[in-house]
Amino acid sequence: MSKDTEELRQQRGPEPSPGEDDAWLARPSSIRLLWWIFSVVLALTVAAQLVIKVKGYFDVDGWFAFGAIYGFLACFAMVVFAKALGRFVKRDEDYYRVADDD
Amino acid sequence: MTEFLPPALILLLGALLIGPARGAWRSAIVLVTPLLTLVAIWQVPDGVVTTVSFLGYPIEPVEGSPVRRLFATIFALMAFTGGLYAFRQAKWYELAAAFAYAAGAVGVSFAGDLISLFLFWELMAIFSTVVVWCGGTPEARAAGIRYAIMHLLGGVILKVGIEGVMVHTGSVEIRPMLANNFDTWMILIGILINAAAPPISAWLSDAYPRSSPTGSVFLSAFTTKTAVLALILLFPGEPVLIGIGLYMVMYGIIYALLENDVRRILAFSIVNQVGFMVCAIGIGTQMAINGAAAHAFAHIIYKALLFMSAGVVVYRTGLTKCTEVGGLFRTMPLTAICGIIGALAISGFPLTSGFTTKTMISQSAANEGLVAVYFMLAAASAGVFLHAGIKFPWFVFFQRDSGLRPKDAPWNMGAAMVLFSVLCILLGVAPELLYRFLPYPVDYVAYAPSKVIFYLQLLLFSGLAFFLLLPMMRRTNTLTLDTDWFWRVALNRSWTAFESLLARAGAGLGRLRARLSGRILTRAHFYLGGAPRGVFAQAWPIGTTAIWIAVLLTAYVTFYYIV
Repeated sequence: MSKDTEELRQQRGPEPSPGEDDAWLARPSSIRLLWWIFSVVLALTVAAQLVIKVKGYFDVDGWFAFGAIYGFLACFAMVVFAKALGRFVKRDEDYYRVADDD
Repeated sequence: MTEFLPPALILLLGALLIGPARGAWRSAIVLVTPLLTLVAIWQVPDGVVTTVSFLGYPIEPVEGSPVRRLFATIFALMAFTGGLYAFRQAKWYELAAAFAYAAGAVGVSFAGDLISLFLFWELMAIFSTVVVWCGGTPEARAAGIRYAIMHLLGGVILKVGIEGVMVHTGSVEIRPMLANNFDTWMILIGILINAAAPPISAWLSDAYPRSSPTGSVFLSAFTTKTAVLALILLFPGEPVLIGIGLYMVMYGIIYALLENDVRRILAFSIVNQVGFMVCAIGIGTQMAINGAAAHAFAHIIYKALLFMSAGVVVYRTGLTKCTEVGGLFRTMPLTAICGIIGALAISGFPLTSGFTTKTMISQSAANEGLVAVYFMLAAASAGVFLHAGIKFPWFVFFQRDSGLRPKDAPWNMGAAMVLFSVLCILLGVAPELLYRFLPYPVDYVAYAPSKVIFYLQLLLFSGLAFFLLLPMMRRTNTLTLDTDWFWRVALNRSWTAFESLLARAGAGLGRLRARLSGRILTRAHFYLGGAPRGVFAQAWPIGTTAIWIAVLLTAYVTFYYIV
């Protein structure tokens, strides 16, 4: 379904110059604002536990901020593991094309 | 029972008519047939509807039950929405193949015996291969062949199991069993190959991303989910499925994290999501089976939605890699929003269908006291948000500005995406709409405040982890080796090595033969060769012969007198 490069080039707008992008979402000021909002939301989800008691199924998951810490650490572990595994199993994207030509 | 058309037959008829029909008629067939099928599905009563005798076995091509109707419904709904998404862009033969493929899925849903299950199973294998081939590139052709080999092999294994059960029990009925002998193991393995379970899961991530933008939408829905239904019907509570499911969940996340191709990221997350269902079937309680069925239903919707969103990007730009796209939200707002809704749903965010169905599986693990399973599923839920929930929309629609300014989705693709987005949210806010149709009575409250807070923390902090770890996740132009390396490269190499070994052995034998025959020939020549060189062939004077005879006679006479 690939299109001509010519057509693709026509779809490209002018080269973006940092700082004066028209899209609101891409401006550094709005990204900073979004980080602030995100941080507040994060804090609120943890603070909510002060008001509403989280009933864990196995005791440990009812601890304060358990979901937050567990979610963060689980993701951290998965990313690090993927990165380590990638050292062994990542290949150039032409790998199979070359292998088939052998 | 009453005379009526089996639902699968309606869809198959539609598939046959798509080819000869033209213009508006073809569009009408694509859009109306799935709806007629849907009506027929809801006419199927509980229990066996039709029985035919075949080789002395009772064949029951249509048997109704709540879980069968549920799966058939989502398959027909998928055929409709996929048809809506594809009917103006896809080739007619891709649509026809996709509908025949969907007919196979609906057929499996209602198959009352192992023989009809097998027939519809193979129908799916054949026509899904055609859908892969419709990708139209040399890579699609090659991937389609690998896909076909894998599924035909799976079919053979399934058939061996079915034959075994037929011979040993004398019954072809579909009923719950455990993998405790050769026959049932073969059936289980045959089904698990279609569920993309390890170690044969690479066919999915190999083939699906090679299909056309419209084809991958159909492919994402049917094969793995019919396998889930078959597992629900045949192996509920089979303990080995828990481990297999957990492996699939983790495998999907890790491989998706390493991947650069957008649609392959989504393909890996199919394996991940099916892992949740397989694990639930392994747990096997009523709540777990409800969870697996509900999650399959919700999953087909949001996964197709994600593939639709990615498909529009591929259709408009021809690009499929994270390293090539980015910043597309500027000109593709609808595709971006629908993609984000699908991504939130797959992550199981509260107010989406993923939350109301996936948490049911976690709850069933907790109820059974499976601590490790529960915590691994929780970690996996965080991982889903990481690899699909944020990674997909972030790299495609945000990230950096790639400079691409493609148009947004064509109206029909947009309409299909909006329809499924609405369903994702509807099932999230009003889960009882789905809960009513689950196989067992539902005693489950999705929106307990304590659960909502736990999952919000889990998901939002994995979002934080994503953005903090972004430098570690920079996309590279690479692929990741999978088990298919063994048959794509290792098998190839060992065959080549075997061939060169044979060639060398042949050459050695040839040399030996040459040397031996040379030597024999020389000898033969020495004795028998033509005059005057061969020893026996030389011409001797007649006098010499006379002397020799005289000598022999003398010796004989002398010897005679002595004795």
